[in-house]
Amino acid sequence: MRQFLFFVKKEFLHVLRDPRTMFILFAMPVMQILIFGFALTNEVKNTRIGILDNSRDEASAQLIARLEASRYFDIVTQVDKNENLEATFRKGEVKLVVVIPPSFQESLFHRNDAAVQLVADATDPNTANTLANYATAIIMDYQQDLRNQLKLPYSINTELRMLYNPQLKGSYNFVPGVMAMVLMLVCAMMTSISIVKEREIGTMEVILVSPIVPLRVIIAKMVPYFMLSAGNIASILLLSVYVLDVPIQGSLLLLVSECLLFTITALYLGLLISTIAASQQIAMLISLMGLFLPTIMLSGFMFPVENMPVPLQVISNIVPSKWFYYLVRSIMIKGLGFEHVWKETLILEGMMVFLLVVSIRKFKFRLE
Amino acid sequence: MRVLRILLEKEFRQVFRNPAILRMMFMMPMVQLLIMPLAADYEVRNVRVCVVDFDHSSYSRRLVDKIGATDYFTLVDYTDSYDKGLSYVEHDEADLVLQIPASFERNLIREDKAGLFLALNAINGVKANLGGAYLRTVIGEFNQDIRLEWLQLPRTNPQPTIRISSINWFNPMMNYRFFMVPGILVILITMVGAFLSALNIVKEKEIGTIEQINVTPIRKYQFVLGKLIPFWVLGLFVLTFGLILSWLVYGIVPAGSLLTIYVFSAVYLLAVLGLGLLMSTLANTQQQAMLLSFFMMMLFILLGGLYTSIDSMPAWAQWFTKINPVSYFIEVMRMVVLKGSSLSDIKRHIGVVLIFAVALNGLAVWNYRKRS
Amino acid sequence: MNPKAISVEALTKRFGSFTAVDAITFDVAQGEIFGFLGANGAGKTTAMRMLCGLSFPTSGKATVAGFDLYKQAEKIKQRIGYMSQKFSLYEDLTVRENIRFYGGIYGLSDAAIKAKTQDMLTGLHMQSEANTLVRSLPLGWRQKLSFSVSLVHDPNIVFLDEPTGGVDPITRREFWMLIYEAAHRGTTVFVTTHYMDEAEYCNRVSIMVDGRVDALGSPQELKTRFSAEDMGEVFLKLARKAQRGDE
Repeated sequence: MRQFLFFVKKEFLHVLRDPRTMFILFAMPVMQILIFGFALTNEVKNTRIGILDNSRDEASAQLIARLEASRYFDIVTQVDKNENLEATFRKGEVKLVVVIPPSFQESLFHRNDAAVQLVADATDPNTANTLANYATAIIMDYQQDLRNQLKLPYSINTELRMLYNPQLKGSYNFVPGVMAMVLMLVCAMMTSISIVKEREIGTMEVILVSPIVPLRVIIAKMVPYFMLSAGNIASILLLSVYVLDVPIQGSLLLLVSECLLFTITALYLGLLISTIAASQQIAMLISLMGLFLPTIMLSGFMFPVENMPVPLQVISNIVPSKWFYYLVRSIMIKGLGFEHVWKETLILEGMMVFLLVVSIRKFKFRLE
Repeated sequence: MRVLRILLEKEFRQVFRNPAILRMMFMMPMVQLLIMPLAADYEVRNVRVCVVDFDHSSYSRRLVDKIGATDYFTLVDYTDSYDKGLSYVEHDEADLVLQIPASFERNLIREDKAGLFLALNAINGVKANLGGAYLRTVIGEFNQDIRLEWLQLPRTNPQPTIRISSINWFNPMMNYRFFMVPGILVILITMVGAFLSALNIVKEKEIGTIEQINVTPIRKYQFVLGKLIPFWVLGLFVLTFGLILSWLVYGIVPAGSLLTIYVFSAVYLLAVLGLGLLMSTLANTQQQAMLLSFFMMMLFILLGGLYTSIDSMPAWAQWFTKINPVSYFIEVMRMVVLKGSSLSDIKRHIGVVLIFAVALNGLAVWNYRKRS
Repeated sequence: MNPKAISVEALTKRFGSFTAVDAITFDVAQGEIFGFLGANGAGKTTAMRMLCGLSFPTSGKATVAGFDLYKQAEKIKQRIGYMSQKFSLYEDLTVRENIRFYGGIYGLSDAAIKAKTQDMLTGLHMQSEANTLVRSLPLGWRQKLSFSVSLVHDPNIVFLDEPTGGVDPITRREFWMLIYEAAHRGTTVFVTTHYMDEAEYCNRVSIMVDGRVDALGSPQELKTRFSAEDMGEVFLKLARKAQRGDE
């Protein structure tokens, strides 16, 4: 045990004596949270749009007021005639123009049939689609209200309730994702590199001929990164609660335990990579390819898994980050208890054990 | 010149003697180009609905059929327990729960009005918002059907209706991949270039061979150029590979000329490699260099405008894109590939990136110390 | 040209408050084999790194191969060879490629490199290993190879930092044969070592203690002065005074 503590101390010194690395390891999650929280949102918020009102009557004014009042849009341009529409887009001021045809009010109330055209700049199809969708939702709302005023017979009234995230904030979606990314980076990538480094320099051999049990050496290597990760988990949670206003709905204890479980899984992943990689560069490339990209692409935090082709959906199941992302969302955002997430926890634990067994067998094999 | 040639010979030999790195350099583009465009699909569809029906009437079933018949919604389950419905949402198996209360049909006919209750998983706000709006439209249509059955209504619409039509300019087919793939190419070249160059000088520091180089009369700029050129060639090679791949797999042929792409990439790679080499001279260990470049790449790529449009970023982030080479390259790629812009259209971009290249490489040479 | 290959006056290097090299003064004549001895941490490597232009002196004067250490470091580099403690050849290049690389960066022509390679391989009896990766050579061969490579551009002076560390006695003897050959051709050899039998092979020896040169002279002179049987005893007598511990 005493020997073991010596090793842990040595590993800590390696990490602590490198203030640049320490700084980056702590700055990274903060930066990511801020970027994702404030700069990278798929949320439509105060997006600048244009209006081409060919009607200029009461109804069109009402509709425009609706669009203006929503927090999604700011109307910045009034296009005066159809011919100027293209020029408006060319100038690049707006990505969407709502075109109201002449005598909108009359069509709407007398013939009960009016048309509105949404013209989008689809150079970026995603944005175009999203903007059109939001505008559609607002116009439909307006229509619904008009209908409700009529008090027609046989009306169905639908009541909506937004679960978990009533303000529809984007941060709810990505905080768990950032957590997965940072932990993958700190644990898996850094551990694998530091083990491979010892092998490259040759100090690993020295350690291995010493009477200390190899497993302890490995564990000692992991301890500092484990602690660093714990620090990162804390800073991410604090930032999300106090800066991004994403509350922790479920049990903090459960959340933290799941985080630590994932941390350990990621550490084992790093260990496994270190047994395969011959050099630090290769360890880094494998971590990037095998861990980081899947975390970004397949965990569901950037891109919805259910939209992916089936083979990718199947592959996504072997990505630990996917399960972790699911767990954090469930506990932190939805506030679910252990009885709802034990299955997923078990899957993650299974992965952890599997990785440990495989990497230890591989590790021993390499020593002989 | 001769010294440079010797340096290049050595660097190329070392690269080609490391099959793992080479393999990675080709695997990375393959995987990214093949998976990313498939995975990166934000379009809201396949909204999964669970219906909790307490009514079990013919109306409630008709409503469910109507929802199930749309392309937009997938019916996950049809049950009579709200808790069960909610648990689907809890386990991410459904996006929304539509609850049809008991005596829905009766209320609708006898009392002229009936309520429905819709609970949405709003963690993904966009999906919740749009899914909810679509479902309400479907319910509205259903409502209209019922009404028509009970009332003799005039032939014109009985209630105000706004028909909405969307027109998509500049990309009427809404081809998402044409938009995404050029951006992914940029990320690829950036990652390969920056990481490999960042690790290179620092690796010689770790092994100790840099000492041997430092006691030779070699000039600093020669040494840095000797490191720069191999990765520059490799970067252009990866670009070529990526362009061929995106042509074979996605049928993407740039609307503009290939020459324009290569000219810009050549300048851009100099900037990225300069950044990598600068980090390599700053770091003492490969681990540091890697982490440092990771940090920078993260910042550059996330704020480069691939995932979300620059227009929707706040002012500080928009300002940052002005000093972010990645955002210039993504813009240029899209201009050339989608709109067919020519060299003269991207003059300004080339100029700015050239300044980055000169500054970063200058810093790298300056910061590389033969003597401590 | 200065008949002295190396001339050092009060050369000092401080790291913060720590004085690694404390005002050392000595000369090395051309063609001399100069042994630079000292316990670990005495400041040998730091002094040598300064002379090679790898590290800036804090104060003092020095000329190497007739050039000023402060102003003409790059000129010095053309005239010196260096073999560092760390193995300095590229393990993922072959023997021939390493020779070509180092020859090339010293500006040798292709023909000269070719001739050098032949000479070197014959001299080292390594003709059949020419296309072997350096990684797979035994340590002794690698050391001899890196010595030869440090002489590829026929430098006036060659600096060797513990060149025979970890090498078997037979190879060590062969290694010293190479050093003699080089000295015979007129190359000044500046060598640090921990092997006292090697110190006996040197023309002159200096012994550093705590950053200072405490003794300087031919092995014979030193043995007489300290009334010692061999260099080992001289070294022990001096090194015992050291304040600094072994780092």
